[in-house]
Amino acid sequence: MRLHEFQAKRLLGDYGLPIPRGAVALTPDEAEAVARDLGANRIAVKAQIQAGERLGAGGIKIVSGPAMAKNAAQEMFGRRIVTAQTEEDGETVRRVYVEEGISIARSLHLALLVDWSVGGLVAVASPDGGEGIEERARRGDFRQERVALPLAGPADKAEVAAFFGRVGLEGPIVEAACDIVEGLRKAFVELDATLIEINPLAVTTQGELVALDVKMTLDDNALFRHPDLASLRDEAEADRIKLSAHRDQLNFVQLDGDIGLVSNGAGLGLATLDMVKAAGGKPANFMDIRTTARSLDIAHGFALLLDNPKIRTLLINVHGGGMQSCDTIAEGLGVALRRSGRKLPIVIRLAGQNAEFARNRLANFGCAVIEAADMGAAAERAVQVAATGRA
Amino acid sequence: MAILLDRDTRVAVQGMTGWAGTHHTTQMMEYGTNVVGGVRPGKGGRSHLNLPVYDNVAAIRAETGANASIVFVPPSTAASAMIEAIEAEMPLVVTVTERVPTLDMVRVKDALKGSKTRLVGANSQGVLAPGVCKLGVMATGSERAGSIGIVSRSASLTSEVVAQVSAVGLGQSTTVGVGGDAIHGMSMRDCVELFLADPDTKGVVLIGEIGGSQEQEVAELLEETRTTKPVVALVVGTHAPRERRMGHAGALTFGFKGDAASKIAAFEKAGVRVAPSAHLVGRTIAEAMARAN
Repeated sequence: MRLHEFQAKRLLGDYGLPIPRGAVALTPDEAEAVARDLGANRIAVKAQIQAGERLGAGGIKIVSGPAMAKNAAQEMFGRRIVTAQTEEDGETVRRVYVEEGISIARSLHLALLVDWSVGGLVAVASPDGGEGIEERARRGDFRQERVALPLAGPADKAEVAAFFGRVGLEGPIVEAACDIVEGLRKAFVELDATLIEINPLAVTTQGELVALDVKMTLDDNALFRHPDLASLRDEAEADRIKLSAHRDQLNFVQLDGDIGLVSNGAGLGLATLDMVKAAGGKPANFMDIRTTARSLDIAHGFALLLDNPKIRTLLINVHGGGMQSCDTIAEGLGVALRRSGRKLPIVIRLAGQNAEFARNRLANFGCAVIEAADMGAAAERAVQVAATGRA
Repeated sequence: MAILLDRDTRVAVQGMTGWAGTHHTTQMMEYGTNVVGGVRPGKGGRSHLNLPVYDNVAAIRAETGANASIVFVPPSTAASAMIEAIEAEMPLVVTVTERVPTLDMVRVKDALKGSKTRLVGANSQGVLAPGVCKLGVMATGSERAGSIGIVSRSASLTSEVVAQVSAVGLGQSTTVGVGGDAIHGMSMRDCVELFLADPDTKGVVLIGEIGGSQEQEVAELLEETRTTKPVVALVVGTHAPRERRMGHAGALTFGFKGDAASKIAAFEKAGVRVAPSAHLVGRTIAEAMARAN
């Protein structure tokens, strides 16, 4: 679960992370009021979208005074901001965060994350923080240091201090940096995070460390340990479709084509997407039914597709396995079609566990489907149906 | 023969008495797997499916000589079940449980260091040696005993590829699902090493997907070993929608290896034949095997 900047700052402030004074605003007037309360000469107005690289995309404005803060917020609300980290159509701004401006002497990059290849927690840092960091990395103009951190018990302070030494910090600020890492390590473990990233971690002109932007993700699979944090999702995820798909045991990504895709398993779903694209088709979505989904969850998933007027045909590619068999998915389809009443051509490929039973279920529901012998043929048929509008 | 499994594999089922444990234990026994009993804390001494139930892994290992376990324990306690099996020196552990918290898997990885256990999963469909032993939850019927080793990150695509490999007249020595999660036990590379050393595996099929760098690790291994066994790979996700990313840390720390094109390039450089589409994997391995003979 991705958190917004304001949520991450709220959580990590409690773990001793130094952050600028600020507050969330839901309207331009609120932004003006927050700016007035801050009383600072320079004010940062920051769009709360869950992606970085906001500055270049107009998602961060540095202004002076409450009136300008109000104007900056006015321009952001309701806009869709597209950056290298959003989906292609960007993300709508529904909140802004208003905080005091900071005079930066140096920008560092600091992150805690799990290294997949070794399966351990690490902290990484770079002296070259700030915007455009990935571009510099791709050019090879980027240096990064790392240190392994334990899950249990505090990190070895001398190791962390040496790590910051390699990043170029010296003097009393190293002590503060070590405290920050220890606070973040504790937060990472206690909150079951999967990423905490601070970019930039600013050294101010007064020689203090301040976290200007924070990105944080929590482990969806560990939310059962954190019922208090689970409620942050509704605040963070404004997308109704994603929210309902999540509840219904589906992985769902909306695209803008006209072929609705349904598969069981992410791998088969990605393969189907690749085949449709290779055949010249335009997928309307990616949808993967998890093994834990029941037929009514699946029916909700189909409803998301049947409610989309752009979709001209469905392509259902199922290879039933031991955990999710074909008939459960057939039942989900049957229920969704009856509820919706919409008629459209459906291309289906059924193989593996209970494929024959699934055919009977579909017949009993009165579902007319075009069955393809293998998934290559199914993809081509669906592309043809979408192009001609005829089954 | 097979990798990881043989006719002497004696299976303990951790979490046997739950719905999934009951269902899949029955299925495994119907396939011919030698299940020697189950583990369920607090239910030791009872019997379930006519099999003895023990309170812990150490007990079932001592009393039955179990040398493999399969874990169906729910996500909240799956890590402690795995760590218990590791501490009992169970040689092979397969974890089917999905959605195990990431940091719990970090704790499991710590327990694996220097241990005598090979872990497959979590979030794995398991290991299947056709005609020999099924230690997993995969549907059976389209597999057949043969000479192709299959290692996969995706359960649904494994079913598909097993059917294709059987359909072209080849069969499988063993299929292994390494699990769909970021942090897991055996890697694809670990499995390929075993397949290359196994005299009964004559060719290998890899089923990879976007994310992580496991495919590149296999490519490096193949460049080092210069094996003569034909290796075919499928990489799915070329046209995956651009993922909404959070920050830069992943790419900056682990490089820009996650996309399909990088993986395909690494495979081709290592002499791996890459299947042009998911429905052509069977044909691709058949051609590669014919050319090798």
